Amino acid sequence: MLKRTTLFSAHQKLGARLIDFGGWEMPVQYAGLVAEHLAVRSAAGVFDISHMGEVTASGPAAEAFLNWVLTNNIRKLVPGEGQYTLMCNERGGVIDDLYAYKLSADVYLLIINASRTPADVAWLKAQWEKFSQRAEVCLHDASHNYSAVAVQGPKVKDFISDCFPNVSCAAMRVNRVTDLKKNEIAEFHFESGGVLISRTGYTGEDGFEVVGEDVMIQHVWKKLLEKGEPFGIKACGLGARDTLRTEVCYPLYGNELDEETTPIEAGLGFFVSLDKGEFIGRKILAEQKAHGIKKKLIAFKMTEKCAPPRSHYPIWADGKVVGVVTSGTQSPSLGAGIGMGYVPPEVAKLHNHIEIEIRGKRFPAIIVPKPIYKKPQPA
Amino acid sequence: MSNIPSDLKYTKSHEWVRVSGDTATIGITDHAQAELTDIVFVELPQAGRAVKAGEACAVVESVKTASDIYAPVSGEILESNKTVVDSPALANTEPYAGGWFFKIKLSNPAEANSLMSPDQYKAQVGG
Repeated sequence: MLKRTTLFSAHQKLGARLIDFGGWEMPVQYAGLVAEHLAVRSAAGVFDISHMGEVTASGPAAEAFLNWVLTNNIRKLVPGEGQYTLMCNERGGVIDDLYAYKLSADVYLLIINASRTPADVAWLKAQWEKFSQRAEVCLHDASHNYSAVAVQGPKVKDFISDCFPNVSCAAMRVNRVTDLKKNEIAEFHFESGGVLISRTGYTGEDGFEVVGEDVMIQHVWKKLLEKGEPFGIKACGLGARDTLRTEVCYPLYGNELDEETTPIEAGLGFFVSLDKGEFIGRKILAEQKAHGIKKKLIAFKMTEKCAPPRSHYPIWADGKVVGVVTSGTQSPSLGAGIGMGYVPPEVAKLHNHIEIEIRGKRFPAIIVPKPIYKKPQPA
Repeated sequence: MSNIPSDLKYTKSHEWVRVSGDTATIGITDHAQAELTDIVFVELPQAGRAVKAGEACAVVESVKTASDIYAPVSGEILESNKTVVDSPALANTEPYAGGWFFKIKLSNPAEANSLMSPDQYKAQVGG
């Protein structure tokens, strides 16, 4: 039996097409993937992300614990700030990629992938068992208590404050939602309760993510669609979420990341703080950083008209298979086939010519800088 | 509710067939294009190729998925629609007109009788 989010009936009312995503029955699209994608690039879109997991870590040793299990340096955060980070095994392989927020001194919120929630919670508990200061850390899987939406796009800043008109009441102190800077989080009064709002997202556009209790999020969804309507907001499914994140080369767990792949190989070394002290996976990650890697994540663009590249398609160079596509699609913004994949470092040179095998035929592609799609600069 | 013209024949795999003399014109149904959504690529068979009924002979790709298109009847490919190859979205906007895929010269005209009627196809798609 697939799990359903608190917004399930709202999706049905909007005529969503539903799919199984990590055990959740989620909307893949409403009216159309491309229209939803372009709405987020030019105006606004709202996504149900209630399937994502939430774990809180609190107590005097929470910071030390998180700095041991996560790769980024959590000591850089002040209350109201968040960071992208990774959780690795001893081999440096990625258990999950996630956002860690510091809500207040000694209280942290982790937002984790839906498909990884059981694995993450089991891993965190096992590490907690081994952690010498465990008496001073309280871990709690709050995934069942929270729902969430993401509202993304260049127009969102023009109506989000109408949805949440108050000053913040916890975490980052701001007068209005739009005063939050990228990666900042704050609690705002909403109706009879409160919601957490962060200036984050998974689309490459400006935007916010809103986390709260089920009923609250049902009302937030309605409110965002209502206030965003004059700005062209669209309800968006996982289909558009996937093409948007692929254009800007954000990794998807299960595609670019897994337990046999390290953050260094995935090009996420920026989020690995080797100088913060000991942490799980550090030894391998430091070695890779110093001595190199065997595979490297590249972004590519097809240079001829062809069918869209897709995950698992072989990557060719110099007449042989050198790797595999991890994510691929027809880019709605660029009108061309794009993707990411792993190849040996000697192949992974910018502007190198490669080929993607699409249903038995090879088509030319070129290795391009990440992100593949860059926002046009205002004239 | 999808459009199912009454003067066409249909297949279980959502192709439509217009039979005229010994020539069949083939495309995908309105229901199929709505399910596929946002068609971005169409690959069609070369003229002159012999196909058997039920043989995969074309591919249509949306942003999300690739789907095979099957020859509804046996025969020789007479012509493929170059316009829909250049503008794949035509298969979305006018599946029964400018979005047609290819024409087959029937080698066994009796096969056309076993295709689905509009009512049978309507019952299949629940439309």
